[in-house]
Amino acid sequence: MSEPEKKETTSVFNKNVSRRDVLKAAGIGGVGVLIGASGIGGALALADVLPTSQKKENTNAVVPFYGKHQAGIATEVQNHIYFAAFDVTAEGRNELIQLFKEWTKAAAAMTEGKSVGDPANNKYLPPDDTGEAAGLNASNLTITFGVGPTLFTKNNKGRFGLQKKQPDELKELPKFPLDSLEEQWTGGDLCIQACSDDLQVAFHAVRNLARIARGKAVLRWAQAGFQRTKQASPKKETPRNLFGFKDGTVNPNVKNSAEMNQYVWVQPGDGPDWLVNGTYLVVRRIQMFIEVWDRTTLKEQENTFGRYRDSGAYLGQKNEFDPPDFEKKNENGEYYIPMTAHVRVAHGDGKQKILRRSYSYADGIDAKTGTFDAGLLFISFQRSISKQFIPIQKRLSQMDELNEYIVHRGSAVFACLPGVKKGGYIGETLFS
Amino acid sequence: MKRYKLPVILFLSSSLLFSCSQSNESSTEPAKKETAKESSQVDLNQISTDYRTFAIAEIDEFVKKTEEFANAVIAGDVEKAKKLYAPARMHYERSEPIAEAFAELDPKIDAREGDVPDAEWGGYHRIEKGLWVENTTKGYEKYAEQLIKDVKLLRAKVETVDVTPDLLITGAVDLLNEVSTSKVTGEEDRYSHTDLYDFVANVEGAEKIYELMSPALKEKDEALAKEIEQRFQAVYALLDKYKKGDGYISYTELTKDQVKELSQSINELAEPLSKLGVVLEG
Repeated sequence: MSEPEKKETTSVFNKNVSRRDVLKAAGIGGVGVLIGASGIGGALALADVLPTSQKKENTNAVVPFYGKHQAGIATEVQNHIYFAAFDVTAEGRNELIQLFKEWTKAAAAMTEGKSVGDPANNKYLPPDDTGEAAGLNASNLTITFGVGPTLFTKNNKGRFGLQKKQPDELKELPKFPLDSLEEQWTGGDLCIQACSDDLQVAFHAVRNLARIARGKAVLRWAQAGFQRTKQASPKKETPRNLFGFKDGTVNPNVKNSAEMNQYVWVQPGDGPDWLVNGTYLVVRRIQMFIEVWDRTTLKEQENTFGRYRDSGAYLGQKNEFDPPDFEKKNENGEYYIPMTAHVRVAHGDGKQKILRRSYSYADGIDAKTGTFDAGLLFISFQRSISKQFIPIQKRLSQMDELNEYIVHRGSAVFACLPGVKKGGYIGETLFS
Repeated sequence: MKRYKLPVILFLSSSLLFSCSQSNESSTEPAKKETAKESSQVDLNQISTDYRTFAIAEIDEFVKKTEEFANAVIAGDVEKAKKLYAPARMHYERSEPIAEAFAELDPKIDAREGDVPDAEWGGYHRIEKGLWVENTTKGYEKYAEQLIKDVKLLRAKVETVDVTPDLLITGAVDLLNEVSTSKVTGEEDRYSHTDLYDFVANVEGAEKIYELMSPALKEKDEALAKEIEQRFQAVYALLDKYKKGDGYISYTELTKDQVKELSQSINELAEPLSKLGVVLEG
């Protein structure tokens, strides 16, 4: 064996080998032999040797883009989010429709793990796809599009001939007590929620969609978010927020279509027909004063949430999924779950349910205070904002003990368009 | 610093561009080129020649205006020098793809404070600091004298630049990238705050290249040409708002939102402009 050959074969044994190396070392015909001889388990070597197209089919990390509902709502929560709100600068309705058509095409490709546009074959042009997701699988990427109230009317003027189509539900939220909203984290004509198990894949999606939109829409604000990865929690335990507590345990069951129709999907007769099978999205950028929280006693922390930190169980209960007993009192005759505990106030009379799909965020430091700028990118989906989100948030903003440790800095509402069939485009029901 | 590579497929002859050391050679004619692959009926070589003519005319004007500016500094006329500063620079900024091609001259003429060791710092921005921060020309005469020498040398060297279509294509977007990375932040003219002059000149430089390329582009992609033209108009419409007399308002008068608006309009123009390369498609 000559020296270079020896080196390449060694690299095969080290499992540190690219497809090209294998082919180089063995010649295409000899691949099977080489693998057999080297004794590497088939999975790794085969994945490297198979053509890309076959490789794609073999991965299960693809969430279907087309369907009755948009993906990214009832589909399984991924590890990461990149959320972006846009302002539309296009003036004509046709330009806007064109944008949605191009976005649909690009989103469909990216959610399959493919790149945007045509492969780069003219060296005098910038490539269509920005490239950082090349060779990565889709990692369960979902891309969810929404339209904000200001797409329909802005400064009391109708836009894009959509004024009459604006749902009554789709308007800026009322100001809640203690809100401290900042322009830079508020509103938007359009939104894109890109979620993926890989942050680079999620960012790539929004970056390319923003690039496609250039001249038609500009970024208004954007926020990346994370939660514990599936890798770190193989049993998929309820994620903990940055206060260290399990939160969001009570959600409508996404697999139960009756429940989803009751709480999440807009139904015929609810409002404009174009939104049937869509839903409303509320996003709040909630800064957490984590330094303050960290010097709070465990007892106080647990009373604030109404849960035990370790188990995630409601106070007075044993296990995380045991139902709460809001009447249960301890030996001193006090409620286990205090009147101002987060879970009690959020629960209210139990009539309002929303589908929460929130992520934590950590965004460097707050320039004014030198503390962490970290918190929760709260996202909820609901059939009605006025009947579900608003009553809950009203209660929370008035009574929730947690308000000592958080402040709402950003807020926006969007109508998430219904899903689309292959050949159609996101938003077609709105524009037809 | 910028380096332009020649497309091997397109041009059979080599260029003097890489080697500034050869710049004193007597050849003042652009090297003859043959186009091996050309997708358009429009003569791209002619476009390159036309651009070269444009750029040299700009640099001629730059030399003239720089002399007037520098002489005002030497004469100790602060007010006159201040008035001449920004308009003179526009000629340089307009022809930047060529003017900046000389790695050893660009810093001498256009370095900002901190770009080069302080002992070596001269040129426009050094004098700018004297004029606006110290409100004087005293002690700056030597920089003015050197500046005249440097721009004259630039004029001589420019003759040797071989303009190629891909230099133009890269150059058009580079001009806008200049705007979006350094002009828009107000870093370019940090003492005089005349950034809008440079800003406008860069856009005009890009527009000139577009104008020359547009017949070829329209053959290839009419819609793209239309889009680029609309975006140029949008940028100019914004810039027009900040006109004042013969020139532009101080960059410090712009609000944060206005700067952002300008920045976004440049990005919106640069994106389709970056597709000019379709005219070179095989």
